[in-house]
Amino acid sequence: MYQHNRLTTNNFNFFSKLANFDYVLMACILLLGFISLATMYSTDGGKILFHTKSHFTKLIVFTIMMLIFSFINIKFWFSIGYFFYIIIIGLLIWTYLFGIKSSGSQRWIDLYFINLQPSELMKICIILCLAKYFHRMKLENVNSLYAILSSLIIILLPMGLVIVQPDLGTSLLISISGLAVLWFAGINHKYFIYTMIGFLISLPFIISFLKPYQKLRVLTFLNPDRDPLGAGYQIIQSKIAVGSGGIFGKGFLKGTQSYLEFLPEKHTDFIFTLFSEEFGFIGSVFLLLIYAIIIYRIVAIGAQSRSYFAKLFCYSFAASIFVYITINMSMVLGLLPIVGSPLPIMSYGGSSMLATMIGFGIVMSAKVHNQQSIA
Amino acid sequence: MINSSSDNVKKLNSINRRMFITGSVKFFIMIGLVSRLFFLQVKENKKYLTLSDKNRIREWKLAPVRGEFHDYFGNVIAGNFEAYQLHIIPEQVEDFRYVIYRIKDLLELSDKEFKRIIKKKNEIKSWETLIVSDNLSWKKFSKINNHLYDLNGVKPVISISRNYPFGSNFTHVIGYVSQANEQDIENNEAIKKNFVPGLKIGKVGLEKSFEKQLIGSNDIERYEVNAYGRRISQLEFQKGEKGKSLRLTVDTKVQQLSNELLKDQAGSICVMDIYTGEVIAMHSSPSFDPNLFVFGISQDDWQIIRNDPMKPLVNKTLQGNYSPGSTIKPIVALSALENGIINTNFTVNCRGHKHPLELYGQTYHCWKKQGHGFMNLRNAMKQSCDTYFYEIARKLGVDRLSETAKKFGLGKEVFGNLFNIEKKGLIPSTQWKKNALGQSWVLGETVITGIGQGYIQTTPIQLCLMTAQIANGGYKIYPKIVMDDKNKVSPIDKFTPLYKNSKNIKIVQDAMFASTNEVRGTSYRSRIDDPKYQFAGKTGTAQVKKITERDRELDLKTFQIPYEERDHALYIAYGPYKNPRYAVSILVEHGGNGSTTAAPMAKKLFKTIIDRHQLRESINNKKYLDI
Repeated sequence: MYQHNRLTTNNFNFFSKLANFDYVLMACILLLGFISLATMYSTDGGKILFHTKSHFTKLIVFTIMMLIFSFINIKFWFSIGYFFYIIIIGLLIWTYLFGIKSSGSQRWIDLYFINLQPSELMKICIILCLAKYFHRMKLENVNSLYAILSSLIIILLPMGLVIVQPDLGTSLLISISGLAVLWFAGINHKYFIYTMIGFLISLPFIISFLKPYQKLRVLTFLNPDRDPLGAGYQIIQSKIAVGSGGIFGKGFLKGTQSYLEFLPEKHTDFIFTLFSEEFGFIGSVFLLLIYAIIIYRIVAIGAQSRSYFAKLFCYSFAASIFVYITINMSMVLGLLPIVGSPLPIMSYGGSSMLATMIGFGIVMSAKVHNQQSIA
Repeated sequence: MINSSSDNVKKLNSINRRMFITGSVKFFIMIGLVSRLFFLQVKENKKYLTLSDKNRIREWKLAPVRGEFHDYFGNVIAGNFEAYQLHIIPEQVEDFRYVIYRIKDLLELSDKEFKRIIKKKNEIKSWETLIVSDNLSWKKFSKINNHLYDLNGVKPVISISRNYPFGSNFTHVIGYVSQANEQDIENNEAIKKNFVPGLKIGKVGLEKSFEKQLIGSNDIERYEVNAYGRRISQLEFQKGEKGKSLRLTVDTKVQQLSNELLKDQAGSICVMDIYTGEVIAMHSSPSFDPNLFVFGISQDDWQIIRNDPMKPLVNKTLQGNYSPGSTIKPIVALSALENGIINTNFTVNCRGHKHPLELYGQTYHCWKKQGHGFMNLRNAMKQSCDTYFYEIARKLGVDRLSETAKKFGLGKEVFGNLFNIEKKGLIPSTQWKKNALGQSWVLGETVITGIGQGYIQTTPIQLCLMTAQIANGGYKIYPKIVMDDKNKVSPIDKFTPLYKNSKNIKIVQDAMFASTNEVRGTSYRSRIDDPKYQFAGKTGTAQVKKITERDRELDLKTFQIPYEERDHALYIAYGPYKNPRYAVSILVEHGGNGSTTAAPMAKKLFKTIIDRHQLRESINNKKYLDI
């Protein structure tokens, strides 16, 4: 059988790969890239300045990288799962020892040509690693103590290394990514419920262990007006920006909140605020729609994939992307306390974009090689 | 292999089921995010739009242009002038140190002033205006303008500021302006509303009383600002209104004459129209230059004014409580006549210092050592015989006297609450003494009240009003100093008679005429024979301390007594006698004697006042024609 033959051989020629490419996903990513570039241009006050240029370069480089990645066989990604994880753990330790200190935290390492934030890469790497871990495991073994403990160690090790930086937000996102894989791998849902209950019970104790600035964030979230010029400033100004945008927005380059510098962190975590102020409700919903299509496409690619690894990876990656978006938006819309979490692709920041693009690359590779089975 | 494939199927089932659950959760969370966006951007849009405008739009108020004061003839007595100022916005200056030292040289600033400027610069933000100098001379201003090429970022500015062209002449009428302090802002709504840093407001006098009308309203500039308060662009300019200008009843020429007459002396002069109650002049001496206060008075100037023994800060016309001395006698006589105690033929024998009036062991002397002999009312008033007035006061009693005195405007504020500094004076009565001092009235106190000594106290403006009301035939008038004060309704009891019998007023007027225009009258030497200027008056000499037997024996001349112990000289008068129109009251602190010090001033005053009467009338007529 020809088809059988094709399935058993690993010969994918370039054109058949190209035909298998997910153009919808690709179009959405490019559109998102374009929107992010326009928004970045607006944060620079309508001029092509440092942020816009840098963001543009990164977009180009990482998109090309993503395309290259998508032509690499999914088997390769499977094979490097643990290796990649170990490398990133090594980088995290390196960060802990020799990282660049800036504004009270140590999150970056100097790679001479680029400053890298390994914790961002860990967000994608942990999915890869755990997906590989569960790929071969029989379903009845998944809930064995051994499997649970080792997967928890895989999650907790990078979490700990990131918490000490200190970077609570990213470590939470890493753990959520990891937990997503565990969930899809079939860990008994009771464990999730128990963990949730345990977490809620221990929440007061956790809060008492929080650093003062973190406690302040929680308090500020509960009542932003308690210190409107201090800790509550960001969230109040952010809500004002979004709210004043209205249905159609103030227009491109006309967002007064950002233009007049009332918005904090407008390049990074609060980029959605600026976008929402200038393009209004319609623009925001459009942006959400693009994200929704991207997530839907990733899930669809997972569903089409033959290999369990690819499925696990795509579903988990889609869930993680969704969580990043939700947390970021909830934060700027005043639904969650402020935790550092970038909006994928939109936010300025190389490491975050790199991680997201690697993820897209692997997903695309899964699509291109969707008939590839992994032993 | 079968086993593993069935496991694979189970695994696929599991992962697909869980994907379905996750997908549903994602869907609902998405719905949640969209509805949150809808809530913020559509439902609450107005609220956040307002907040965003509040964020970005900032108003700048500019100081309003203050209304002016004009005298009766329309001359500006408190106006505005263009002050030459020098502003710097530090961030626009490339080399601030160089520029500021250059300015220091050009303006010849003292080190003290220079330090103050540097201190101010450090207090403000770099894009705020630094006022280097708020009132430059034209010479220095043009010098700066000539060197502008060298002074990057320095702005010569012309700003509107208060100016008093007649200097110290009107200080005690219109007061002065100075920078508003926190208390002023707190207490006055109009100031609060229009406040800008550096706003000048009225501190005393009419400047303060009419603050609300004078202040005007701000020019408002609306700017878009960024989060740090820096102006980005101007959105709107709203022109303010100039404050209302007020026309006063005062005549600058008469006011200036009053200033000259009281030069180097402490005292007060007021001139009043006896029918309209218009105050023609109101001066308290010594005065001070109100222009000193406009840009903040220097410590040295302030000390000079504050420590002057003649107390320039006190408005003696309104605030000075003085014993009226003999100037009260017309009221005493009128009261006695009105109450039927005496008639014109009632006679008292004044026998001089050897035979003083004696009551309960106390003696009461006439001022004249030899005594006046037999005195009737007209003669007693003419020669100001104390013994005669002791006698009629004793017969009259203090309560009836105080009733008449109060009717004629003594014992209460002449201008109501127009000047918050005005004093009431004091008209004693038995009831008053019981309430205030808790003692009963003594007859001896009645006796000395009859010659305006003891508890009785009046302000010069009250004496002027009293004289005016005697001069106009005994009708009530309400003095005013601001012409077009439309808010004030004319009181109903204006021009109501204050007498029981108009003949009594005539008698007192005639006696006052005699005092000035007949031989032996106390102010005979200051008379004017020309009927056009002829006036009637009454002198007064108020003791500052009790005259002892020793003083009486020494009988010193005024210049031999130390300044603080000399008597106050008073004079009240009205004229022209035939057809009276103006009343005058003069007080010279420690001036010695009413007839020698105060009365001659009245002579000069009446010359001027009556000469200017025609002019004053013509202005009035013209006004009616305009309507």
